Amino acid sequence: MVSKKGFTKGIINKPSWSLKDNEVTPESVFSDRRNIVKALGLGALGASLPGQVQAGLFDLFGSEDKPAFAVQGLDYSKPSQFQISDRLTPEDKITRHNNFYEFGTSKQDPFENAQQFQVNPWELRIEGLVDKPLTLDLNDLTTKFDLEERVYRLRCVEAWSMVVPWIGFSLAELLKMAGVSNKATHVAFETLFDPDQMPGQKNRLMGGGIHYPYVEGLTINEAMNELPFLAVGLYGKTLPPQNGAPVRLVLPWKYGFKSIKSVVKIRVTDKQPPTSWNQLAPHEYGFYANVNPQVDHPRWSQASERSIGEGGLFSAKRIPTQMFNGYGDQVADLYKNLDLRKYY
Amino acid sequence: MKRLTPRGLFWLKGFLHLSFLSPIIYLVVMVLTDNAGGDPVQYIIHYTGMGAINALVVTLLISPIAKRFKQGLLLQTRRLVGLYVFAYACLHIAAFISLDLLFAWGFLFEEIIKRPYILVGAASFIIASLLALTSFQAVKRKMGRGWQSLHNWIYLMALLAPVHFYWSVKSEIIEPSIYIGVCLLLLWYRRQAIKKWLFKS
Repeated sequence: MVSKKGFTKGIINKPSWSLKDNEVTPESVFSDRRNIVKALGLGALGASLPGQVQAGLFDLFGSEDKPAFAVQGLDYSKPSQFQISDRLTPEDKITRHNNFYEFGTSKQDPFENAQQFQVNPWELRIEGLVDKPLTLDLNDLTTKFDLEERVYRLRCVEAWSMVVPWIGFSLAELLKMAGVSNKATHVAFETLFDPDQMPGQKNRLMGGGIHYPYVEGLTINEAMNELPFLAVGLYGKTLPPQNGAPVRLVLPWKYGFKSIKSVVKIRVTDKQPPTSWNQLAPHEYGFYANVNPQVDHPRWSQASERSIGEGGLFSAKRIPTQMFNGYGDQVADLYKNLDLRKYY
Repeated sequence: MKRLTPRGLFWLKGFLHLSFLSPIIYLVVMVLTDNAGGDPVQYIIHYTGMGAINALVVTLLISPIAKRFKQGLLLQTRRLVGLYVFAYACLHIAAFISLDLLFAWGFLFEEIIKRPYILVGAASFIIASLLALTSFQAVKRKMGRGWQSLHNWIYLMALLAPVHFYWSVKSEIIEPSIYIGVCLLLLWYRRQAIKKWLFKS
């Protein structure tokens, strides 16, 4: 067996974080690529393909007619403790590579199926064991708190990762505003349930067999930590639906599926709440789901990850996965007395 | 019913080539035009894997159809389709090693041990490779009876490949379950031949 810390051929142990700016494809080039395809006469090629393939090609050229979800610019500060030097993943990769089974199980499905998603009106309710239950509407989400940008690493349980500049506010700040009762032990989160808008909730084949609405949870100590973040924006603008508009949780030291999207309910409770992936496959996904290179998924290793690159297909890198995704300084204390093999 | 003529067979083969090549062209176009998602690696791996398993189902369909409709000549398309199973499987594995593992060979070994579904997939690939290597007429003649016996291993592959698919997915088990069902049906249709192969020494 290859040792976790040792050098593995082909794995870059010391990522070169030296590049400062990400290399986003200029929008003009990005939108022009369709014209390039057309100029190459690929329409003629398409006509020679069998039916199903042709339908796919028509989708590809038809998709430009659907208007993209409208996002707005945000005002925010950049607290220095949450700016890391890791190279940012380009915006068009963050918005076009998503696990959001409410809109389909393929990585590109959410981008393709979520553009018509309605976020207005929106209600985010904070309830349960709190002094003052709160309801935030769409406008409150971007005005009630001073927004800040935090650059967080995102590690998916499928062993790929990104670096994302989120904009939002701290979960602890919101919970303090509501006033958490001292009986509270956990916080439960719930995604919108709206099968008319979320085709994956209507159709089992499309929704991957998850029991909707999607639910997640934290212990109260985890929730009151400084890291849990309620993101309302990405790359300076409000969130697009495929990334969890209008508000989603971000927990950078846990596998991505814990970072629940399009949240409508935050309930403070005195019981450990059910969580969606744990319900679906309890032996594969635990309640905690902390990033941990020493505890493998039953069907694959978690020792390294494919860091999605800033350019083409071969710009990705295999890097070793860090304990708590590199956020041990902030969260390791929470798990001092916990056997992380048992409580995965 | 009209019998398939050699001329008809020629056109049928041309059609099969087109059917198996065009999805590859489609994949290349989708990836090059940035229409396969923000990070198309998983898409490419899944797409080529689906190509291999679809081609496998087609090869297994040929002889039942040939028998049912008494179209002996149809059997001559099996080699062509079988080689596409191998071609798609090669693309599938090449994509996994180059795009997902990024040539971390040390890690490949660890991955194979830790991902039992990869072992199952690797076993299918070894069978596909042996069948592809022995698919030439000259080799077939040389091998005599052993050739058929070797090529019956496709029955094992018809079990392993859909299990590999089922085992690899995170939760979307409906589609792989359908493939397992279809492959079991196609094996059930051959139960006499399989019994003979397994129990005749």
